Amino acid sequence: MTAQTKIASAFDSCAARKDFEILSRKVYGKPLVYLDSAASAQKPKQVLDAMRYFATSEYANVHRGVHYLSAAATARYESARGTVRRFLNAAHDDEIVFTKGGTEAINLVSYSWLAPRIQPGDEIVLSVMEHHSNIVPWHFLRERQGAALRWVDVRDDGSLDIDALDAAINTKTKLVAITHMSNVLGTVTPLKEIVARAHARGVPVLADGCQGAVHGKVDVQDLDIDFYAITGHKLYGPTGIGALYAKRAHLKAMRPFNGGGEMIGEVTKERITYAEPPARFEAGTPPIIESVGLAAALDYLSAMDREAIAAHEHDLLTYAREQLREFNWVRVIGDAPGKGAILSFEADGMHAHDLATILDREGVAVRAGHHCAQILMERFGVASTTRASFALYSTREDVDVFIAALGKARGILAP
Amino acid sequence: MMDESLRELYQEVILDHSRHPRHFGALANATHVGEGHNPLCGDRVKIYLVLDKGNRITDIKFEGKGCAISQASASLMTDMLIGRTVGEAEELMGGFLHLVKGEDAPGLSPDDRERLDVMAGVSAFPMRVKCATLAWHTMKSALEGGSPAKTE
Repeated sequence: MTAQTKIASAFDSCAARKDFEILSRKVYGKPLVYLDSAASAQKPKQVLDAMRYFATSEYANVHRGVHYLSAAATARYESARGTVRRFLNAAHDDEIVFTKGGTEAINLVSYSWLAPRIQPGDEIVLSVMEHHSNIVPWHFLRERQGAALRWVDVRDDGSLDIDALDAAINTKTKLVAITHMSNVLGTVTPLKEIVARAHARGVPVLADGCQGAVHGKVDVQDLDIDFYAITGHKLYGPTGIGALYAKRAHLKAMRPFNGGGEMIGEVTKERITYAEPPARFEAGTPPIIESVGLAAALDYLSAMDREAIAAHEHDLLTYAREQLREFNWVRVIGDAPGKGAILSFEADGMHAHDLATILDREGVAVRAGHHCAQILMERFGVASTTRASFALYSTREDVDVFIAALGKARGILAP
Repeated sequence: MMDESLRELYQEVILDHSRHPRHFGALANATHVGEGHNPLCGDRVKIYLVLDKGNRITDIKFEGKGCAISQASASLMTDMLIGRTVGEAEELMGGFLHLVKGEDAPGLSPDDRERLDVMAGVSAFPMRVKCATLAWHTMKSALEGGSPAKTE
């Protein structure tokens, strides 16, 4: 029996694993079982090769020089923008702003779009399952401009209560900021319906797509969403790059966030004018090599059957859930229908950090802590959880090792 | 086969302290109180202590939730610090902070060194050193009456 025969879904993760050199390494003498892709995914050789090729054959600064390499690099950078546009099915390339990640994309909306529109008492609607990156930028507006944050609860299974979201929107609401997929619960939110309901009340919607874009196809036009933030490193791409999709009309109405080179029209001693979007929001030398890596990652994903990947990840989630049922000391947090491949849990009498340390020595990398979601931890009455997350390269063997390691941890720490 | 360093980290003394922490709870007559927080994992600890006129620690209690390492470390600390003067306590705390980082701790008496040895295994787990030191940093800030301790 080979590893492949144990995989129930159509997606061949074992073939894909060959693209990820790091997965064949050992830690503490044991094969690496990487179940922390929701924190950051590993990079396939296609991404690393593309970055290396670009850096060794076409690299120069963009939008500046008139020389051959600068033109070549500019073409690659702008072509990467086109790749992101296609990945999100945006209507226009100029609706894609490169940022250093999802966090900066959300901060850009907070500083450049919402801040000038906030009066004291205006409201921002958020869910309790947001990552801190989709909370703190809005807290800034509360602190600095007197905005009020309205929190939408999740049900006990982790699903979003869309009627509660409806109820939270009122005439003072200026924005709904919500995750597309929770990094702790795995809950996938009904974005299209959320957008429809918010728009019916005249309220724009921002989605944190850092997890959501990884696990399913995103069509920003079909969603009719106003802002959608992604990050490269969770999409099997490099760190240091992400993107904000925003409707053209929003970008045109936004003031700049960072000031510097490349974002100006004209600079004199008395005044400045700004470049058109997206350049207006890309001050300074951007992550050029990373943009090439991100484009390679999106091409890599797009060449695969995304639905088969999702089915594969879901199979692993179900497989792990079934085995965890035998551990009556494990409480899984987040059981929403159609959730993504993230498994967070609490174990009786065993702290997440102790568990993660023991799993680590078995070669199993999981995340332990509050996952930058302290409000959600409070909602479920836990200080921290252990989280295993599955990616396209994860296998049922990974789950087997993980479950065995959990049993071992129990043996050591059992109360 | 269990990893040798894991066995050392989660040895019986540690697990016993974490399951049955000594001096757990609040002290109504505390003269000093300190609060510590590890933002990385969300663990919190609160230390209560009584200092007499001779600058001697006559009682300590702690409250909090955390991993086995942080709980055991807090428990062991209360055991060892009660009865010491502030000067003696500071010397022991300094020695402990060296010990868990795998550094020499020349200031420790052989007896203290032996009692603290159960925590020395933490030095093989750099990501967990902060768990072990949280209560000790909090104790320090309680004695100094300063701002809440943070390990991150």
